[in-house]
Amino acid sequence: MRAYAIAIYLFLYAPIALIVLFSFNSGLSASDFRGFSIAWYGKVAGNRFVLEAVTHSLIVAAASATLATLFGTMAALALQRVTGWLRAVFDGLTYVAIMVPGIVIGIATLIALVTAFDIVNDLLLAIWPADDPGAVPQLALGYGSIIAAHTLFSLALVIVLVRARIAGMDRSLVEAATDLYATPWGTFRQVTLPLILPAVVAGFLLSFTFSFDDFVIAFFVAGSKTTLPIYVFASIRRGVTPEINAIGTVVLLVSLLLLFSAQILLRRGAKPTRAT
Amino acid sequence: MAAAMTQQAPEPRAEAAGIDVRFRGVSKRFGAVAAVDDVSFEIPRGSFHSFLGPSGCGKTTSLRLIAGFEQPSEGEVEIAGVPMVGVPAYRRPVNMVFQHYALFPHLDVFANIAFGLKQLRPRPSAAEIGRRVGEALELVRLPGMGSRRAWELSGGQQQRVALARALINRPTVLLLDEPLAALDRKLRRDMQMELQNLQREVGITFVLVTHDQEEALSMSDTIGIMRDGRIEQFGSPSELYDAPVNRYVADFVGESNFFAGAVAAADADGATIRTAQGLEIAAPYSPRGRKLAVGSAGVIAVRPEIVALWDPAESGQALADYRFRGRVRNRIYLGDQTEFSVAVPELGEILVRAPKGSAAGAAGFAAGTEIALGWRRERALALADG
Repeated sequence: MRAYAIAIYLFLYAPIALIVLFSFNSGLSASDFRGFSIAWYGKVAGNRFVLEAVTHSLIVAAASATLATLFGTMAALALQRVTGWLRAVFDGLTYVAIMVPGIVIGIATLIALVTAFDIVNDLLLAIWPADDPGAVPQLALGYGSIIAAHTLFSLALVIVLVRARIAGMDRSLVEAATDLYATPWGTFRQVTLPLILPAVVAGFLLSFTFSFDDFVIAFFVAGSKTTLPIYVFASIRRGVTPEINAIGTVVLLVSLLLLFSAQILLRRGAKPTRAT
Repeated sequence: MAAAMTQQAPEPRAEAAGIDVRFRGVSKRFGAVAAVDDVSFEIPRGSFHSFLGPSGCGKTTSLRLIAGFEQPSEGEVEIAGVPMVGVPAYRRPVNMVFQHYALFPHLDVFANIAFGLKQLRPRPSAAEIGRRVGEALELVRLPGMGSRRAWELSGGQQQRVALARALINRPTVLLLDEPLAALDRKLRRDMQMELQNLQREVGITFVLVTHDQEEALSMSDTIGIMRDGRIEQFGSPSELYDAPVNRYVADFVGESNFFAGAVAAADADGATIRTAQGLEIAAPYSPRGRKLAVGSAGVIAVRPEIVALWDPAESGQALADYRFRGRVRNRIYLGDQTEFSVAVPELGEILVRAPKGSAAGAAGFAAGTEIALGWRRERALALADG
């Protein structure tokens, strides 16, 4: 039994450990360790295409996580007041959104956006006053489409996290604030928000991590904007180099850091509401 | 708060002077269920009032109607003579001490207590808030505890913080929702005393909700006994004890031996009830009870302290009009008094309480002893069985 467990963990983590190890390889090959070096990290830092992809990824992750956190929190707060079958429907839809495979979200978003773009672009062409067709603004895939698709997925994640937090909150705290002359907005700002904040921040971090790491959805809707996972995928076709390993290690580190922070926030946040 | 309150509130009605809380035909329905059903009452300014009843009787809903967490389906709630129709909870001159205190876990004790003051516009100065929080902490005997977190405090201390947080706003009415239920017995007694003293000190009208009759009896000026959303009886503790309107109230306030049956005879002053065993027992009506019609369901209520015990060798004629024989089942020594449970063949199990100085209390009939017991007709009560 113990041997099985060890084998399974080895199977799971050995490749990751190898990537981290070979990112420090001084040799050229990704399978033949020649000695310790951080040269590949320097090379990554100097690669214009990598930096561009990282910038794209960071912008998309920050934007989609912000939007998802904002709308997800609002939705969670609103859903708390919905009861009965309507609530069951919304709950169901939220969980479905999390479970739908990324590839489906990718294709669905792509089709939806392209269809919408076609209609809007034709309309723009028709109504634009200028004569030169080249001067007419046209919608295309890019930041907007990746951010929209990632927000869609992360939204459900934030809703689930914040809902759980609200459910664990003592309802009488809100009544107490109201009783102590706080207006609805005052109650939200001074009581509800501080109490759900750990879940909100955790939701942001998880959304950010998801977006930063996502390849499947981004691949469909990125258009000409290359995010980091797409760049890595493209590079691998030219062979796995220690440079890729270095990128992988950095992404791994950042993701783990964010997930770890989110976990701590969710745990610590759970304590104070149980005051009595 | 008073300043902010009067800005948008209409002038108090002149006839309402001296009444802090008034319900006029108030009902609150949740779906088909009436939690509060056509209730009317008045609570005078500066008094300590309790709503007493089992869970689900509508007492908490009544409190929430005053606080503004619920709006009445029908009728009108007035606070200090001002109709509260459409006035949201955060604009009402009342504050509540919640059952589990509902202290804000993310704030320290100081910020919890200062919460109400900080909502006022114009906002009081930091110095003013600091001074008043200090006073409030003094009032509840927690000086210097301002920087503690709520969860670091004991139950009794949390209770005091909740009190201070409400009282610092100098509300017209302080609402207390079973505030002592979570405390242990000893602490509860202390807090009962303290609440009573506090109420006299600050002179604010207190409205308490409880299912603990001892708590209600010991603290209140007036009590409303509730059942199924209605007020069965509204009166002073002694009135409820000595003059219950029916069996329900007599049963809820203090303890009684009840002998139920059909009314066999009735006149202007009292009634005779025939029990299932064919026994006929007469008693005067309760001063607040209604007259009973012959044939209706009635009950004779005999308080345990009016039952006399004596040695069966003696006649006992001087002690009681109704005399029975029985056997002591149980004797519980309570210090200042002794409680007997006596099995009487004609009546069933009878509860008797003899004060320390009395003959029975001194003789201390042990369990198993054959004894005689009885009571005077005019000290029992004939009540409607409902």
